[in-house]
Amino acid sequence: MTPLLSVRNLKVGFGATEAVRELSFDVPKGATLALVGESGSGKSATALSILRLIEREGGRIAGGTITLHEEGGPVDITALDERQLRGLRGNRISMVFQEPMTSLNPVLTVGNQVAEVFIRHRSMSGRQALLAARDALDSVRIPEPQRRLSQYPHELSGGLRQRVMIAMALACRPKLLIADEPTTALDVTTQAEILSLIRDLQAEIGMAVLFITHDMGVVAEIADRIVVLRQGRKVEEGAVADVFGAPKHAYSQQLMAATPKLGSGSPAAPSGASKLLDVRDLTTRFAVRSGFLAGRRSIEAVRGVSLSLGRAETLGLVGESGCGKSTLARSILCLIEPSSGAILLDGQDVMRADRQGLRAMRRHAQMIFQDPYASLNPRLPVHDLVTEPARIHGVVSARDQRDLAAELLQSVGLQQDAVDLYPHQFSGGQRQRLCIARALSVKPKLIVADEPVSALDVSIARQVTDLMLELQQREGISFLFISHDIAVIERVSHRIAVMHRGEIVETGPSQSVLRDPRHAYTRRLLASVPRHDVSGRRAALEPLPAKAVPAGPANGAGLREAAPGHFVRENAA
Amino acid sequence: MAEAAIATAASRPGLLADARRIWNDANGVQRAAICIAVLLLIVAAFAPFIAPHEPTAQSLIARLRPPFGFERYREGYLLGTDELGRDVLSRSLHGLQLTLILAALGATIGLVLGGALGLVSGIAGGLVDDIIMGAVDAQIAIPFTLIALLTLAIFGSSIEVMVLVLGLYGWEQYARIVRGEVRRLMAMPFIEAARAAGASGGRIAFRHVLPNAVSPLVVQFTLSISNIVLLESTLSFLGMGVQPPTATLGSMVGIGRDYLPTAPWIVVAPAVMILFVTFAVQILGDWLRDRADVRLRGR
Repeated sequence: MTPLLSVRNLKVGFGATEAVRELSFDVPKGATLALVGESGSGKSATALSILRLIEREGGRIAGGTITLHEEGGPVDITALDERQLRGLRGNRISMVFQEPMTSLNPVLTVGNQVAEVFIRHRSMSGRQALLAARDALDSVRIPEPQRRLSQYPHELSGGLRQRVMIAMALACRPKLLIADEPTTALDVTTQAEILSLIRDLQAEIGMAVLFITHDMGVVAEIADRIVVLRQGRKVEEGAVADVFGAPKHAYSQQLMAATPKLGSGSPAAPSGASKLLDVRDLTTRFAVRSGFLAGRRSIEAVRGVSLSLGRAETLGLVGESGCGKSTLARSILCLIEPSSGAILLDGQDVMRADRQGLRAMRRHAQMIFQDPYASLNPRLPVHDLVTEPARIHGVVSARDQRDLAAELLQSVGLQQDAVDLYPHQFSGGQRQRLCIARALSVKPKLIVADEPVSALDVSIARQVTDLMLELQQREGISFLFISHDIAVIERVSHRIAVMHRGEIVETGPSQSVLRDPRHAYTRRLLASVPRHDVSGRRAALEPLPAKAVPAGPANGAGLREAAPGHFVRENAA
Repeated sequence: MAEAAIATAASRPGLLADARRIWNDANGVQRAAICIAVLLLIVAAFAPFIAPHEPTAQSLIARLRPPFGFERYREGYLLGTDELGRDVLSRSLHGLQLTLILAALGATIGLVLGGALGLVSGIAGGLVDDIIMGAVDAQIAIPFTLIALLTLAIFGSSIEVMVLVLGLYGWEQYARIVRGEVRRLMAMPFIEAARAAGASGGRIAFRHVLPNAVSPLVVQFTLSISNIVLLESTLSFLGMGVQPPTATLGSMVGIGRDYLPTAPWIVVAPAVMILFVTFAVQILGDWLRDRADVRLRGR
């Protein structure tokens, strides 16, 4: 049987650099092929080449053929002119991009944008097209499609926007859907919904899917075949079951090993740890303007949160975007003024501290941020950057600064002679190491890490979390580790706290929470995590019935002990 | 901080080696600009020694004489003479000196004043921001020439008042640019990282925000030097600038305008010098901005 799309010896270049080298693969009819690799592996360049959008990005196809096998005979996409390409794009081959936030036009209604596809490719009238648009939204299981037509993109959640993008992509029943990391920017529960949607629609329409991702869990979830890319070259290709069962190439093995898998165990709890951080009934409110003429009202981003952290212990804080976990982290460090509650660090009440006391506290509690590119001042050399907290707190003199910098670099596994370089000369993983080195410079007791590995490739992320574990064992640092990725949390945390709508809904020892989740939200979160199990794909998620979880009592009470040290919010069941 | 500065200064190779490295890095246009700038500075600094005549010495029998190579050229007046028989070359050299001093002082005062206000406005926010930005809007609403004329009329047009007036010129643009940059930078994670590390407001302002806001400031500074030269000549032309017989490039162009049909050389020499000054400043400003940015250096 001839495949739907054949790529042969594809070469793509950006200026002098080769992004894709001699790549060949087939996309079979009606099946899903996953193109897997880390950043810079050329997977997006390949996808853009298939739609010939690569020229717009400044690249060029330097050689090879891309053949689409249709009823009317094969078509070589690399030889089409611009007019023929317009008939191809969005019609026979369509694409869904990673960023649902930016791939919709913010000033046009959803209905207009979806209808445009029908007007362009199906020559429908405006009224017909709007009706078709409503059906299209309905087919991607968007609730209340009629009302969505007149809404603007900013009124929809990320998951809904991605559904709109998919509706537009599928409007013309394409033969091939290219999905470029369509779920990477989404929460894990939303990701699970979108993946099952793509699977269902594929069965309905009978289209082929080229799925581009860096996440092995997602591959196991959706793909039939897999092509592993590294630096523009294909290193392995095969059926998903074969590659997952026995990866042949060393890089595939490494990629598999680096991908965090749920259920692979947590570090043992430190014995007899004394309390370092104690947060009681912490509430943080923000004033928001609710309308043009309306006054301000306040929303509670963090509501009556109590948690504690022992010395040399890691507490993993997990929750979806918007649940208030970053606000909680910043409130604990007093980067945002909490509204009420108490924060005891080493027995000192941080919230009642004066300016001096706050400064002293900052010496003991440091923070690592999500974006390693933006959290380093681009104008400062490394020796100034990593020693800055130490200089602020007078731990090191100007004379010893370089020595300290070299020492810190060594402890995070970087070359000592990098002290004179600037941040832009480092890769993402190296920059995150610099951020860790900076936090270490004052020998803190607590490090709050806000999504420290979310922006990194899996193999790099693995190295960074390994480094953090090693530092904890060596220096006895406590970590508050925040992530939306429950598998990463499991790997690093002794205890876990699950956050939902500003509240901690469940907390306890990692294995106790993960193996015996008591709260409905925790169960839903766990069910959404892609499993590395190719054999039994799970059924669709049950919707969370607790859309209207009643606000817990503001005093933070209402946590019931389900097992030793394992607490669940009362209204859970 | 001070020891560190001394240490780096001591570890540097000599000034000459620095100059050679800079020269090697520069491209053709930049080299031309460097040459012009150095030449202009030397000429301006040594104007009293180079100039063949006193800039104010009149010679009524040698009025409106053309430069060398033309008919009626008078020996010793290389670029000709003006309507009072003064040597155009000597006046241009002295004028260049005064104009450079005025422009440099004026632009620097504007930079410091506007930059500081913008920094405070952007970091403090709230009421302080509202007040400073209100003042900026008010300044934009009133033509600056009017303010300059009023000030000069009240306080007289001495050099000191002139420098102050020119310094005030353009402060609102610096303030707006810096405030915008500061607001953008304050939202960057590395500022939050500095706060989390315990950095004080001053440290954040001068170590983290200001160095990142330098690029647009340099561009504005170079633009403002040319603008100040023009403003100075406008004021001189209106009779409120530096008073005759003292020469500035602007006043020479302003006065020479009346003789443009019959004695164009009066205008040509100072005009060409203004051209060279602005050219050199713009090119060097661009180049300085690129060099100040570590991300563009050494690629």
